[in-house]
Amino acid sequence: MNLHPTTAGLLLAGILFVLGLISVLIRRNIIFMLLSVEIMLNAAGLAFVVAASHWGQADGQVMFMFILAMAAAEVSVGLALILQLYHQLRTLDSDEASRMNG
Amino acid sequence: MLPALIPAFPFLGACLLMLCWKRVSRSAVTVIGCGSVGLSAIVALVVAATVAGAGKEPLVQHVWQWIQVPGFAAGIDFRMDALSVVFTLVITIVGFLIHVYATGYMHDDEDYGRFLACMNLFVGAMLVLVMADNLLLLYLGWEGVGLCSYLLIGFWYKDPANNYAARKAFLVTRVGDTAMAIALFLLFEYMGTLNIQQLLREAPLLWDKGDPMVTLIALLLLGGAVGKSAQLPLQTWLPDAMAGPTPVSALIHAATMVTAGVYLIARMHVVFELSPAAQTATAIIGAVTLLMAGVSALVQTDIKRVLAYSTISQIGYMFLALGCGAWSAAIFHFVTHAFFKALLFMGAGAVIVALHHEQDMFKMGGLKKMLPGVFWIFLIGCASLTAIPFVTAGFYSKDQIIWLSWAAVGGHKAYWLAGVLGALLTGMYTFRMFFLVFYGEAKTKVHHIPGAVMMVPLYILAVLSTIAGFIELPHTLGHVTLFSNWLAPVLPAVQMAQESVALEWASQLISAVLALGGIWLAYVWVLKRPQGMVDFLSMPGQVWLQGFWRRGWDIDALYDALIVRPFVYLSNINRKDLIDKIYTGAAQLTEACHNVMARTQSGILRWYIMGVVLGAVAILSVLIWRLHEIS
Repeated sequence: MNLHPTTAGLLLAGILFVLGLISVLIRRNIIFMLLSVEIMLNAAGLAFVVAASHWGQADGQVMFMFILAMAAAEVSVGLALILQLYHQLRTLDSDEASRMNG
Repeated sequence: MLPALIPAFPFLGACLLMLCWKRVSRSAVTVIGCGSVGLSAIVALVVAATVAGAGKEPLVQHVWQWIQVPGFAAGIDFRMDALSVVFTLVITIVGFLIHVYATGYMHDDEDYGRFLACMNLFVGAMLVLVMADNLLLLYLGWEGVGLCSYLLIGFWYKDPANNYAARKAFLVTRVGDTAMAIALFLLFEYMGTLNIQQLLREAPLLWDKGDPMVTLIALLLLGGAVGKSAQLPLQTWLPDAMAGPTPVSALIHAATMVTAGVYLIARMHVVFELSPAAQTATAIIGAVTLLMAGVSALVQTDIKRVLAYSTISQIGYMFLALGCGAWSAAIFHFVTHAFFKALLFMGAGAVIVALHHEQDMFKMGGLKKMLPGVFWIFLIGCASLTAIPFVTAGFYSKDQIIWLSWAAVGGHKAYWLAGVLGALLTGMYTFRMFFLVFYGEAKTKVHHIPGAVMMVPLYILAVLSTIAGFIELPHTLGHVTLFSNWLAPVLPAVQMAQESVALEWASQLISAVLALGGIWLAYVWVLKRPQGMVDFLSMPGQVWLQGFWRRGWDIDALYDALIVRPFVYLSNINRKDLIDKIYTGAAQLTEACHNVMARTQSGILRWYIMGVVLGAVAILSVLIWRLHEIS
């Protein structure tokens, strides 16, 4: 089987994305959920880079820089939230934090 | 500018009080409330003197052009002629005395300022009614008194029963008002104007005597008068209107509201003269009402309800006189009635206050020694109401009506018979009340002796109830006709079918004997042989009959069965109609959707993510499918 590099890269990105998504959906530990979101972000970033190399344009790589910056910011906020959550509830189970239900 | 000042003062007083009664002291409220009516009484006296001095030439004042469209104009125009001067004087002077009395009666009420504001508004609206030069302005005042009666009957609004009585008064009089509005539309349709003088001048040119259209208009006007003046068949609101404070009852019964109907018929007398049928209807309504209300007054237990039925009965006399064409006799009885009925109501108020708001006459008694002042003025009021010969004002006015109801062209022996029977009933119910309250043994302790503020107006009214009759004496007794002379430019003199001094003597004798006989019967009934009366009244048929009379001949129950219940039934059917179902269905659908959506907000993070994923998958599927279609 002889895959075109672009196709292979997009396939890898897709697999990574789905793995991250499944992990977000089935994990309860909120740190793992955060990790999974990072995996999904990186999968998306990989897709951008592959697309950029496919068309020979730098836009996708620039976009990946943005994704990295955003992910860093998101992780810092997310970790702060997790700390607060643990402080309040003494657990990392996201299902316990269901006070905002309607 | 003088005539316009008369209603302006009470309106100004009402506005001032409504704006600031909570912020100024009670004495300031008293000064504004009484002073405004007092000032307008002074102006009314000046205007009356001017009119009298100018040879009874009416004083007309155009204040403001209210409505001006092609084909119709109505202004705020006031006209002071002989008739409106009489009404204005009675309204302002009696109204002023009632206001002064009310400051004593209501002084401890927390809503004192609101009370005086509404009373001022009431007087102002009534003044607009009697002074208006066109029927539209008259109708404004007409509705104004309706509104004020609603506000004042339901003054103690925390008790639902009072609100019910107020609502009843408002709705029942509204039936008459609707008839009157239709009469106004018809008058405008045929005559093209609502100016009263123009209507009175031109109506005889347009219609022959007995024309069906003028009969219809007169009957519709009569409908309005019947509603406001609490005559058959719209009298049911007045006894319930006793829910209001006693000064309100005095004002409604003496100076405002119930006399509006008498005024309207007297004012539109040309229209009534054109329609003999309507005049006969007026006389018959008056005669029947005075008897039915008199019988009802006979069996009441509440002192104020006796007086209420007595008012209905006395207004019946006025309608009888109007129906017979004895216009000035009706107005004369209105004047004397205003004095002695205000006196009686406020005397009853003094008794009620003294006994700590006890209104049941069978729980009173023996007050002659404890309240001597009230005893004497109440005696004068009762004597005037009963028409004790020679010394009371009520005698001269009522006897004139009784005699004219026979002798006038529009009269009939049956009217006369109703009149003298009414005199007997009046004597009975009045002195039954009097003996029950002031004689016998005391059953309730006197808490509080009424002070000078309440007593002085009563003394003035007692004097007026006695001497007011001497301005008009019958042929047999001096023949003084100051009052009918005064009204002559406005109201035509009564057409006599027979002039017989001997018959007039006989009529006066019979009615006087029957009035005194009524007093004697009351004396036997209440004081001399109460046991015999109790035995008689507890016979099987009697008990039912008394209940029937006490409930006002069950007119209320009749209306309940004929109108209220079918209306409620129909409105219940209408409540479940199809259009409503559509709206209800829409509301229920929205609510169901809301419930489904609310369930998705579980607070569990993974469900939210699942939602996002499903949404993303759905959108992507649609996109891919669309792309596939396009390519």
